[in-house]
Formats: sequence, C-alpha cells, structure tokens
Amino acid sequence: MNRSHGRFTGLRAVFLRELKGYFSSPLGYIFIVTFLVGSGWLTLSRDFGRFLELRDASLTPFFTYVPWLFVVLVPAVAMRLWAEERKSGTVELLFTLPVTLEASYLGKFLAGWCFLGFSLLLTAPLPLQLARLGDPDWGVVLTGYLGCLLLAGCYLAIGMLFSALTKNQVVAFILATAATALFLIAGLPQTLDEIGRLLGSYPAQVVASLSLSDHFATLTRGLVELSAVSFFALFTAGWLVCGMLVLDRTKAS
Amino acid sequence: MTDETAVGAATAESPPASIGGEVLIEVEHLSKHYGPIRAVDDVSFTVRRGDVLGFLGPNGAGKTTAMRLITGFLEPDAGRVRVAGFDLATDSLRARQRIGYLPENAPAYGEMTVSGFLDFIAQARAIEDAPRAIARVIERTGLSRVKHQTIDTLSKGFKRRVGLAQALIHDPEVLILDEPTDGLDPNQKVLVHKLIDELAADRCIVLSTHILDEVERICNRAMIISQGKILVDSTPEALIARAPSHNVIRLSLYQESPALLDRIRQEPWCDRLALRSPLLVDVYPQGGENHLAELLEVIKEAPISSIHLQEGRLDDVFRDITEGVAA
Repeated sequence: MNRSHGRFTGLRAVFLRELKGYFSSPLGYIFIVTFLVGSGWLTLSRDFGRFLELRDASLTPFFTYVPWLFVVLVPAVAMRLWAEERKSGTVELLFTLPVTLEASYLGKFLAGWCFLGFSLLLTAPLPLQLARLGDPDWGVVLTGYLGCLLLAGCYLAIGMLFSALTKNQVVAFILATAATALFLIAGLPQTLDEIGRLLGSYPAQVVASLSLSDHFATLTRGLVELSAVSFFALFTAGWLVCGMLVLDRTKAS
Repeated sequence: MTDETAVGAATAESPPASIGGEVLIEVEHLSKHYGPIRAVDDVSFTVRRGDVLGFLGPNGAGKTTAMRLITGFLEPDAGRVRVAGFDLATDSLRARQRIGYLPENAPAYGEMTVSGFLDFIAQARAIEDAPRAIARVIERTGLSRVKHQTIDTLSKGFKRRVGLAQALIHDPEVLILDEPTDGLDPNQKVLVHKLIDELAADRCIVLSTHILDEVERICNRAMIISQGKILVDSTPEALIARAPSHNVIRLSLYQESPALLDRIRQEPWCDRLALRSPLLVDVYPQGGENHLAELLEVIKEAPISSIHLQEGRLDDVFRDITEGVAA
C-alpha cells in the first residue's frame, strides 16, 4: 500500500482513467469524427484549402486550418475536465484520495493531450495520399504535425484553466475559445500590420513573439527552432501552473 | 431544564471515556472561516480506535466543514489535525492513505461501471492486490449484482453503497462518513447500520447525521455541534438522561383521585406532578433519577390502569441544546 509519496503520486491512475474515459463515452468519438470531417473538408474544399487545385505536394492547406479548428474543438474537450468534477462533487473524492493536485491536473492534461495526438494520427491518410500524388518534403510534414501537437497542448492548457475557474461548462468553453482565438489572431500578418501602424514596430514584434501563430508558422515551414519549441513548452507550462493555482482556490467552492 | 442550563452543563462536561484504543484522530484548536462565518471555531477533540462518533447538529452547523478538514480536502485557517499519527499539513498523503471517506451525497464518476470505478480508486490508492480488494469490498457492500452497471443507472441506495465501497476498499483505520444513510429507505438504512456495526471494532468511525435514532442505534459517542463549536461530547445514553422527560412516570387512572396525587406529591423524591388531563398524570422525579420502585409502593391500591416509565427523547435534548445557542 505504501509506495513512495511524491509530488506526482496518483498521476498514472488519473491519466489512465481519463484516457479510457475518452474512448468509453460518445464525446471522444464525436470529437474524432468532427475533427476528421472538419479538417478534411477545410483542406480539400475549393473555397478554403484547395488542396487538389494547388497541385503542390505539401500539407500547407491542412496546417493552415487545423489551428482554427482546434480553437473550437479543444476547448470542447477541456471544458468538462474540472467544471464537471466540481459540479458533481467528485473533486472532493479525488482530492481526499492520496493523489496530489499536481498529479491529477497533469494526469488529466496528459490524457487529453494523448487523445488529441491520437486524433491527429488519424489524419495520416492525408499525407499518405500526398505521397501517392507527388513527392512531399517529409521533414516539413513531420514538423507541421509536431506544431499541431504542441499547439493542441497550449489550447488544452488554456481550456483547463477556464474549466478550473468556473463550474459552468458553457462559460468555460466560451472563455477558452475567446482566449485561444486571441492568441492565434494576435500573430496574423493583418493584426501585426495594424499594431505596427498604430503603435510602432516594437510593440508589433512583442505581440508576434507572444502569439501562437507566429511560432506555429515557423514549424510548418520545416524549421524545428529551439525558440519555437521552448515557447510552446513554456506557454503550456505557464498556463498549467496558473490553472493549478486557480484550482487550488476554487476546488472547495 | 432551561436552555441556559443545557448549554452550561454541556461545556462543563468532560468527554466520555472511550473504549480505550489508541488515538487515531487528533484535532487541536481547529478553525475554518468563510468570510465572517465561522464554520469551525477553535475545535479540539480526539477519536480512538473503537469509537463510533456521531456528529449531530442543525444544517450549517459545521459538520461537513469539520469532516472536510479532517480528510484534508480543506486546509484549516488555524489548528492542526493528525490522523493515525500523521499531520495533515505536512504528511497529507500518508494521512489520506489511512482514511476512508464518504463525502456528502456519495459523489462518483457516473459514466464508469461500478467495478471500473472501484478499480480506479484501487489504482489511485496503490493497493497491491487490487482485484482481491475489489472483490472483497463488492461482497461486503452487496454490489455483486450491479458491478458491471454504469453508476449513473443505479438507484440512490446502490449509489450510496458504491460510495461506501470506495471508502472501504483499502480497509482504512479511520472512516469518515458524511450522512451515510441520508435519503435511503428503512431497509437500506438497516443494512448500512449493520455494516457500520461490523466495521466498528477495529477502527474509528466518524459519521454525521440528522437522524437521532441512528445515533442511539450505532454510535457509542455523540457530539453536538452548532455554529462551529462543540456543545456536547458525550455518550448517547448520557445525552438521553438529560432529556426533560427522562425517568418521568406517566400514570393513567381509571377514576379521579386527588388523595393519591397528594400522597405522591409528599414523597421526598418527587419533584412535581403535571396533570395532562384529570386521568393522566406525569410524575417528575428529583434529579431525573429512576424512582419507579418507590412509586409502586405508594400507589399499591390506587385506581391505576397503566404505568409508563419514560426514557426521554434525544430530539428534546438536541433541541434544548442547539436552540439555546441560536437564541
């Protein structure tokens, strides 16, 4: 009964429970279907990705739209993670087990992230089809996927904080969607041009370096820059730590 | 007994002698405030192995908050809790390993099956032989029939049993049960009472309830809490003895007899008589002691149709004590 007691005691149990949860409830399957249909349509559509019309052996259309699809879908995964626990009272059960807050928070995060990673893996037919049609740069494809995975982690960390903040899942969803959209929009060329015009180039550079889209774009160009990867890691870790602090205050209310 | 004397007597009383097992819960000067509300206000007590302690109190008295502090779900503003020797502030995980807790309304992950849920609890508690522990607890709480059902589809009684099962899975030394029988039908209540009786011998149990009969039935120690303070820490028997009607003798006469009543009134042990009707008399003894034998001597040839010695009701004591504080 007495294994070692550390900061992450209970992480494995929470992780496995959560991960199984995605595949034993309709939510997981609805997410996967929506994501696959959505990303496929946006990539192939003549109005959006124009994958076939471009006659280019790259996944650029796919990597352009996945961040936007995630803005809606990832908060839908994250919104229930703490709000539901608090509403149903299971949070009291969880935090009176020999499980630390850090362990359960990370357990939930990692399970959600693995699930999102699995969903990304299911889009494999797209690059496979690409290989049949032409000769893609596999480095770019892989770094693009890495970017999607890191982005999903950021969104999930943002969504979890809002889920810890409120018992109402709809409120958590809306706030998380707004926040993720903001971090994405901030790095768009149009936004940066506007900021540059109004405030000067230095503020525009600051906003660009803090936005998700700028760092994501680096990865989709095939560059695994240490600065981009560490930005994603720090960004996610920051939101996770803040989320834990929020949850510690709200868990009993 | 007036309200003032009830409260005064309560604070002067020393805690009941426990069965004498080792101390498993030590609470020292524990306080928890929510803004201006003192949910738990400088509370100290100990609970020993073998104790079945009932927390009694009106809604909002601080029972649930006290339990949440003892189980480590809440952190106190002041004071200290030690469970099986481990301080909750510095050794929380070790303390929690030794506690089984049924929170109010027995929350559980509704989308999981009973056995899946218990398996999660076993993993989280790092129980080494999880399948055996799960089988044992399913057997003990009578869940075999529903173990493959999702928890959301279960009746309230079964859900409560799932809550008890998760609290018992690691055979804890300390069992904290927040309203374990709330909302159950009488048969289900009896089952829970039996289970608590079986469990009581080799651990300590703290439970909260509104049902005073339950305290008489299963607890060997009762604590009345109101506005975050312990008003009484005693045994259920001692509490009942403080009821205004304790050892009152009710006489039914088949014809009026003022002479008889005068005779009783003159007895040295008689405090007063209360005439409920011309043919129904309550005899209040001095000091709430049992004087049935003496009374029987006096009324030997009197026109009596029935005699009833009253035990007193815990409800009356509870009301006296808690209303005295609220007033």
